[in-house]
Amino acid sequence: MSDRTRLDVRKTYKLFIGGAFPRSESGRSYQVTDSGANFIANAALASRKDARDAVVAARSAFKKWSTASAYNRGQVLYRVAEMLEGRRDQFVAEVASAEGIHNGEHVVDAAIDRWVWYAGWSDKIAHVLGSSNSVAGPYFDFSIPEPTGVVAIIAPQESSLLGLVSVISPVIAAGNTAVVIASEKRPLPAITLSEVLATSDLPGGVVNVLTGKTSEISPWLASHADVNAIDLTGAAPELATQLQIAAAENLKRVYRPDDDNPDWLADPGLSRLQAFVETKTVWHPIGV
Amino acid sequence: MNHKLFDYAPAPESRAIADIRSNYGLFIGGEFVEPVDGQPFKTINPATEEVLAEVSAAGAHDVDRAVAAARTAYDNTWSRMPGRERAKYLFRIARIIQERARELAVLESLDNGKPIRESRDVDLPLVAAHFFYYAGWADKLEYSGYGSTPIGVAGQIIPWNFPLLMLSWKIAPALACGNTVVLKPAETTPLTALTFAEICRQAELPPGVVNIVTGAGETGKLLVEHPGIDKIAFTGSTDVGRAIAKSVAGTKKRLTLELGGKAANIVFDDAPIDQAVEGIVAGIFFNQGHVCCAGSRLLVQESVADDVLERLRRRMSTLRLGDPLDKNTDIGAINSAVQLQKIRELSRIGEEEGAERWSAPCELPEHGYWFAPTIFTGVTQAHRIAREEIFGPVLSVLTFRTPDEAVEKANNTPYGLSAGIWTDKGSRILSIANRLRAGVVWANTFNKFDPTSPFGGYKESGFGREGGRHGLEAYLR
Amino acid sequence: MTLTTSAIPADVASSDAALRRFLHGLPGVDQVGADSRAAALATRSIKTTAKRWAIDTAITVIDLTTLEGQDTEGKVRALCAKGARPDPTDATCPKVAAICVYPDLVATAREHLRGTGIKVASVATNFPSGRAALPVKLADVRAAVAAGADEIDMVIDRGAFLSGRYLEVYDEIVQVKAACDTAHLKVILETGELATYDNVRRASWIAMLAGADFIKTSTGKVSPAATLPVTLVMLEAVRDFREAGGRQVGVKAAGGIRTTKDALRYLVLVNETVGDDWLSPDWFRLGASSLLNDLLMQRQKLLTGHYSGPDYVTID
Repeated sequence: MSDRTRLDVRKTYKLFIGGAFPRSESGRSYQVTDSGANFIANAALASRKDARDAVVAARSAFKKWSTASAYNRGQVLYRVAEMLEGRRDQFVAEVASAEGIHNGEHVVDAAIDRWVWYAGWSDKIAHVLGSSNSVAGPYFDFSIPEPTGVVAIIAPQESSLLGLVSVISPVIAAGNTAVVIASEKRPLPAITLSEVLATSDLPGGVVNVLTGKTSEISPWLASHADVNAIDLTGAAPELATQLQIAAAENLKRVYRPDDDNPDWLADPGLSRLQAFVETKTVWHPIGV
Repeated sequence: MNHKLFDYAPAPESRAIADIRSNYGLFIGGEFVEPVDGQPFKTINPATEEVLAEVSAAGAHDVDRAVAAARTAYDNTWSRMPGRERAKYLFRIARIIQERARELAVLESLDNGKPIRESRDVDLPLVAAHFFYYAGWADKLEYSGYGSTPIGVAGQIIPWNFPLLMLSWKIAPALACGNTVVLKPAETTPLTALTFAEICRQAELPPGVVNIVTGAGETGKLLVEHPGIDKIAFTGSTDVGRAIAKSVAGTKKRLTLELGGKAANIVFDDAPIDQAVEGIVAGIFFNQGHVCCAGSRLLVQESVADDVLERLRRRMSTLRLGDPLDKNTDIGAINSAVQLQKIRELSRIGEEEGAERWSAPCELPEHGYWFAPTIFTGVTQAHRIAREEIFGPVLSVLTFRTPDEAVEKANNTPYGLSAGIWTDKGSRILSIANRLRAGVVWANTFNKFDPTSPFGGYKESGFGREGGRHGLEAYLR
Repeated sequence: MTLTTSAIPADVASSDAALRRFLHGLPGVDQVGADSRAAALATRSIKTTAKRWAIDTAITVIDLTTLEGQDTEGKVRALCAKGARPDPTDATCPKVAAICVYPDLVATAREHLRGTGIKVASVATNFPSGRAALPVKLADVRAAVAAGADEIDMVIDRGAFLSGRYLEVYDEIVQVKAACDTAHLKVILETGELATYDNVRRASWIAMLAGADFIKTSTGKVSPAATLPVTLVMLEAVRDFREAGGRQVGVKAAGGIRTTKDALRYLVLVNETVGDDWLSPDWFRLGASSLLNDLLMQRQKLLTGHYSGPDYVTID
C-alpha cells in the first residue's frame, strides 16, 4: 500500500468563539500563504459581528472562569500545556511554514514552556501582587488582585505561536477571558491552538480567536463598551494610537509594550500579569 | 427649629493662625515667580463668598518654565540623589506639616468650605501620614516589586475636594521614587498647595523638585499636553479623565486616573444597625458628599428599610450645618456656586422623576453656598440620581430583597470605585466583597483611608492605585 | 433575624428560649463603630453659655456617692451638706440629684437630706459582687427601702448572664423591683464584666423588660467603669425600648467620671443620642464623687474669669 497515491484531507480553518468553530457570519475568507507566498489555506475573514459575538462569549464565560479557584485555573492551563506537547510536531510544521524559520522546535518548545510558566502563576499572583496593609487603626485591611474582565488582544503579527501564547496565557491565568485577533498573515497556529483549547478543559468562551484583518476588527473591540482592557501588542503604531483613543471612551486598561519588536524568548516578567488585574482593597473593623 | 435644652454656643477656630497673602505667584524652581503669560483670578471662601486671595492662572510659557525646572531638578539632583537622602527630605516635610497642621487645617476649611473638625481630624493627619509613609519607601524601592528607576517629570492634577490630601497622594510617592513634579491644584482651592510650596522651602527641598502652577482646566490641559512630561496623574471627573486618556494616546506618557464613582452602600437585615446608620451618614455626608468614593446609593434590604430610614432621618436631624470654622460643625459649605448649581439641578431632576425628597431640618446661612443633607427614597436604578455622580450631600435610597439582587444593583453602573457592606455575617461579607466590582470595599465601616492602603477604581472610575506598595507602581519603571 | 424593634413580643420572658431568641435577635453592635462614634462626639467643643448650662446641668444630675468600708455617719453627713449646697459661696449653685450610700447609712442620709429635695439612693443586693442568695439580696433591698431609700441601685447576676441564664437574671430583677415597692430601681449592668457591647445591649434590654427605672453602667468597683461607648450603647437601648412601645427608662453612668470635660462629654452623648427628653436628673445621672469639685472650680472660672484652685472648693 502506498501513501503517495493518497490525497490528504485538508483542514478547514474557522473562527473559535464560545468553544465552537463557526465560519465568519459574513461568509468571507482570505488566503493564507506560507513564508514563500505559497497558498496554504483559506482562513475565515472575521467581521465586526463576529467580534461582537466573541465579546458576548467572553463575557458569559467570565463569571465562571474568574471565580474558579486559582488552583483549578492552574490545572486547566497545565492541561492545555499537555495537549500542546502532544501536538508539538504539528505546531513545529505550522510555525516553520508561517514564519519561514528552521528552528521551529526551539520556538514551539519555548511556547509550551511559557504556557507552563503562566499556568504555575495562577495561584501565586495574589501573593506577589496583593498585600496586607498595616493601617493605623483597628481594621483588617488587605488588597487582592482580581481579573479586569474581558480583554481584547491583538496578537503579535510576527511571532505566530510563541508570541501568541505569551499574550494569551497571562491574561487567562489571571482569570480574565479573552478575544484574540490572530496574526493577520500567520493565523494558522492560532487556529490550531484553538483546537487544543477546545479539547482541553478550558471552558468555552474563555479564549475566543478571530482571524482576519486586524485593522478592520480591532476598532470594534477597542470601542466596545463591554470590553475592559485591550492589549495592543500586534497593532502597528498608527493603528495602536487610534485604538488607544477609542479605548479611552470607557477607560479601558490599555497595554502597549514599550518595545515594538519584543524578544519573545526573553523572560516575560510580571508586566503582562499586572496589566490585566485590578486591585481590590477590603477593610473590616477588628473588634469583639 | 425648636429650641434645644443643650444648645452649643459658637466655638470658632481662630482664623488668625492662617496668614493669607493678598496675591500669589507660581512656585517654579523653588521660588514664587510672577506669571509670564498667565491671568490672575480670585479664590473665595465658599462659606461667605469673601475673596481670600488673588492667584495666577499659569499660561503656556509658565507651564513650560515649570516643566523645565522640574526636568533640570530631575536630571541634576533628584534622580541622582541616594534614596536615603530623598527619604529625609520627605520625613522633614511630614514633620513640618505636623508642626503647621492647625494653620493648614484652618486654611483648608477657609478655601474649601469643609468643617474644621474634618480638616483638623481627618485631612491633616492623613496628609502628614502619607508623607511619612512614602518617605520610608524612598530607600527601599528595590523591594517594591516595581523596579527602582524613576520615570521622570510627573504632571499632577488634583481636585478641590481634599486639596492638601490629594496633593500628598500625588507628591509623596512621586518624590519618594525619584521623580520631580509639576502639580496643578484645583482653581477653587489653591491656598494649601501654595502654603505647601513654602513648606518645601522650609524643608530646603532642592529647587525644581516640586513646582506648583495654579489655574483652571486650561492650565491642566497645557500640562497634560506638554511634551516634557513623562507621567500624568489625574484625580477628578470621569469626563476629564477620558479626555486626558485620549490626549496621551500615542505618546510614551504614563497615566493614572482616579475618577468618579457612584458607590453602593449595602445594608443587610442583620447589620449592626446603629453603626450602619453612622456609616451611611459618614458615607454620604462626610465632606458635604464631595467625595469620589461617597456611598451615594444606599441599598437597604426591604425587610428593614423602614427602620433604617427612620433611624437615618433621626440621625440626620442632629447634623450641624454652618460655619466651617466652628469646631462643632458637621456639614460645611458646598465648594463653589457651580457645584451647588449642579447639586440643585440633579436634585430637581430626582423630584421630577418621582423620587421622594427629604432634607434634614437645618437653617442655611444667608451668604455662601449651602445644601442641606438630603435623601431621596423610592429611587430605582432607572433614575438619573441613581446613576450620575452628584458629588454633594444627596443620598439615593434603593431597596433589595436578596444578596444576588444587591450585588447586581451595586455593580450596575459604569463606575467601580468603592462600595460598602453592612452585615454581622462574616462569610456573607467575604462573598459580597468578592463579587463587587469596586476598588475599595468597606465592610462594616466606610470612608476610611490610610497611606498603607491602596485606593483606586475599576471600570470608568479610572486605573492605577494610590497608597500602599501599589502606589509606587505609577512612579517606577 | 431582624433589626426592627418595633414591637416587643408579649411572651418575651415566658421561657429562657423565648428571651434568648429575643435578645439574640437584637441588632449587633460593632465595637469599632461604636467606639469611633463616641470618640467623634467627644470632640464637641462646649464653650461660654453652653458650658455654663452644661456645668450646672451636670451638677444637678450627680448621684454624689460614697461607697467605702470606712464610711461613717460623719462622712455621710458631710456629703449630704455638700450635695445640698455644693458651693457655699454661691447660692445660685444647684443641688445634686441624690446622695448614694450603702444600706446601713441610708437612715443617716435620709435624716440629713430632709427638706432638700435630694434623693437618697442606696446600693443593695450584696453590692458590688451580688454574690449572695436571693433572699439575702431581697432582704438587703427591703432594709434600704425601709430605712428611707428613694432609689435602689442593684447589681445583676453577671455570672448567670455570662453563662446564658438570661431568664434567671430577668427574674431576679423582677423580684428586686417588687421589693423596692415605690422606690426607683436602678439596675447596674457592671459593663466592665460583660466583655462585649452586644452583651451590654442585651443586658440593657433584660433590665428594661424586667422593670428597671434606670439602667446603670457600673459599680465603680470594677475597671473599666463607665465609658463613653458603653453609655452610648445603653442610650441607644433606652431610645429603642421607648420606640418599641416600652416606657422611658433612665441611664446612669457611674465610675471614673472625674473631670468637667468628662461630664460634658456624657451630656453631649445624651444630647445627640436621645436628646432633650433625657437631659434632666429624672432620666440621666452621673454617679461620681470627686467630679463635683472639678465642676465647681470650672464654674467659678466661668463666673470670675480666672482659674480657681482646690482651696476654694470644700473637701469633705
